[in-house]
Amino acid sequence: MGEELKVIVFALGDEEYGVEVDKVRTIERMAPMTRVPKTPDFVKGVINLRGIVTPIIDLRGRFGIEEAEHTESTRIVIVAYGDLEVGMIVDAANDVMDVNSDAIEDPPEVVGGIKAKYLRGVAKVGEDRLLILLNLEEVLNKNEIVQLEQLEDK
Amino acid sequence: MEVNQYLSMFIDESKDHLQAMNDNLLALENAPDDMTIVQNIFRSAHTLKGMSATMGFEDLAHLTHEMENVLDLLRNQKLTMDDFIFDVLFKGLDSLEAMVYDIIEGGSGKADVSALVASLQSIVSGDYKSQAGQQTGNVPAKQEESNSRQLDEFQVSILKQSMEQGVHAYSIEVTIREDCVLKAARAYMVFEALEHNGEVIQSSPSVQDIENEKFDRSFAVYYVTGLDQEALTALVGNVSEIEGVHALLLTPESLDEQQQSQKQQADAKPAQEAADDKPAGGGKARQAQGNQAAKVANRTIRVDIERLDVLMNLFSELLIDRVRLESLAEEIRKNELTETVEHMARVSSDLQNIVLKLRMVPVESVFNRFPRMIRDISKSLEKKVELEIAGADTELDRTVIDEIGDPLVHLLRNSVDHGVEMPSERTSNGKPETGTIHLRAYHSGNHVFIEIEDDGKGIDREKVLKTAIKNNVVTAEQANTMEDTEVYQLLFASGFSTADKISDISGRGVGLDVVKSKIEQLGGHVFVESKLGAGTKFSIQLPLTLSIISAMLIRVGNEKYAIPLSSIVETMAIDPGKIRHVHGNPMINYREGVIPLVSLKQVFECPASDEAESEELNLIIVSKGEKIISLEVEEFIGQQEIVLKSIGKYLPNLFGISGATILGDGQVSLIIDPNALFK
Repeated sequence: MGEELKVIVFALGDEEYGVEVDKVRTIERMAPMTRVPKTPDFVKGVINLRGIVTPIIDLRGRFGIEEAEHTESTRIVIVAYGDLEVGMIVDAANDVMDVNSDAIEDPPEVVGGIKAKYLRGVAKVGEDRLLILLNLEEVLNKNEIVQLEQLEDK
Repeated sequence: MEVNQYLSMFIDESKDHLQAMNDNLLALENAPDDMTIVQNIFRSAHTLKGMSATMGFEDLAHLTHEMENVLDLLRNQKLTMDDFIFDVLFKGLDSLEAMVYDIIEGGSGKADVSALVASLQSIVSGDYKSQAGQQTGNVPAKQEESNSRQLDEFQVSILKQSMEQGVHAYSIEVTIREDCVLKAARAYMVFEALEHNGEVIQSSPSVQDIENEKFDRSFAVYYVTGLDQEALTALVGNVSEIEGVHALLLTPESLDEQQQSQKQQADAKPAQEAADDKPAGGGKARQAQGNQAAKVANRTIRVDIERLDVLMNLFSELLIDRVRLESLAEEIRKNELTETVEHMARVSSDLQNIVLKLRMVPVESVFNRFPRMIRDISKSLEKKVELEIAGADTELDRTVIDEIGDPLVHLLRNSVDHGVEMPSERTSNGKPETGTIHLRAYHSGNHVFIEIEDDGKGIDREKVLKTAIKNNVVTAEQANTMEDTEVYQLLFASGFSTADKISDISGRGVGLDVVKSKIEQLGGHVFVESKLGAGTKFSIQLPLTLSIISAMLIRVGNEKYAIPLSSIVETMAIDPGKIRHVHGNPMINYREGVIPLVSLKQVFECPASDEAESEELNLIIVSKGEKIISLEVEEFIGQQEIVLKSIGKYLPNLFGISGATILGDGQVSLIIDPNALFK
């Protein structure tokens, strides 16, 4: 028997994604953002999160899938990884789930248009629910921002 | 015992003591006969030894112990200071410092001190002199005498001094019960009690021996105190397991008698002279110092820097809410609310001052390592340099203090190496043989200035230009039209050095450019003034604090930005028709010249505003050193104190943005870094 993981479940399009609960600081409603000039498109800006200036990225944009209109259910999931604290805009966030680590399988090459390196694995939950676990280290990889900036400059 | 909680205290205190020893040794070099200084060094060394032994840093304790032995001989005038002893003591200090820093870094503080210990021991035994060919065989003989209960001139003078001031002087003999197990501990308690109420002038056997339990059952001390005989006897008698206390009140006469009965040798005469004037004054000074130290110790506490940072952050939050409340009160327009908010604003600006002051540290903590550094550098370059420090009590924000050390080291080294000439050159130019470097710090407005001024050879304009042309920094044509100040700024270009030969100290061409960028990082500026043949002055201008700044809020499109007031020259509005185009770049007339016009909207790719364009162009004129540009904005919102916030590590190297702040309405506003907008 593997260990039980508690994950926060959120939605992007029709897929359900998960991030370990201990990596999630808070979940916020959409708030007005301050645009930061000369950043990649998926960086939506910064917000004042109880006195701390926190950068926000659109997770759809980050994965290169089409960005959606923000709705009532749109949420910002504030995650912390290492010394980074970043907010991720998702379509909805509404569940906490226990996942057994034995049920996690390696991700296929591409899931819902997202490259495998951003994913930690796919967990089968219940009969026909699939939960895609994110690899935050890659999702929040700063080097990619720098590379993108350089591409834009050219 | 949980050692960790004491470790930070140990580190702080040992740094203090090392610094004190360093300072005092330097002072002693100028006044080798001043026994009060030796006494001070001895005390620091002694405390340091005790502390490091308690903390289990054996090597540290071992080395301090040996240094203490030498110092002990010195203060009892059994040994006279010479260059060899100074050098060994300084080396000892260096390795002590290295060990303490190792401990700070998390190391074990271990080091090979055997060579130093050997030199120190050779000093104690007097061997080093015989090796040098100077025969003074009487040093060991003198050492034996130190065990007898003798007072030296210095101690006698203190005793006399005290008597003149109406303080009682006693000779006390304390006997400890035979069955006492921890004799040293009891003796320690006696000393504790004594030192609380007065001062122990001399003890026999020595304090170290007593601490190491190297005594039989009794020990004797000379002691000055305000207590009368009865109270004193009771005080010492109160310590348990003490069998007997015999306190004898001393008078000047009885003391003289005692002194005369002790046959003094040939060296008594010079020492006597010294005792007549210097130590008498010194004794007084020392007592005064002691009192002062006690007061200061009671009035200050050490606080973890992290807590101050937390306090600062909390205060920033409060400031944001205050601005928010102010704008709410303005909307609501209710008298009571407005009054309360105004009062709160006043209180919070007082609070702001205090919180900021808490983070202020005297620049002394950076300056105090320089005398030693200058001494070492000038020795290795065989130059004669004196460092005069003024305004060491000037306070700066801790963040600035932490960063300013290295640039100052560079500039000072530079002054010694390139500025001050060799002694022979100085005398032939009619200057005093010893060069002087002034290091000054002072407040002026919202800035602190640090100046490094030498009376050396000054900057050779032609030589600088020649190197600059050779290194393709400027062209020959440009060189001819350059002002002196512009030429001096070339020194800060990277890869630039005018030193003919590369020395150990500077001249590698790295340094001044690093100095400049570091100071600019801190929001400061460097200026150079120089007169060929007369000297050079580097002035550093630094902001008082880095965490709260005054800024101008502006609007571009629908976005609000803040521009630090420190880089703004002025604001103005002009007619759009006045924009001229030079090579396709927009420029405007400003004062005597033409300056570039930078549109913030274009630079930051701002989306268009909903509001109608105004008929005039609003401009902010900003400067970076000598350069001036104008920034086009859409609206001036006003001046405000803003709290600097980091934008987080996720967004690296933002162009033209130095940070963020939170406005009264809770919105984040970005702070523009005008320096990045200069091309």
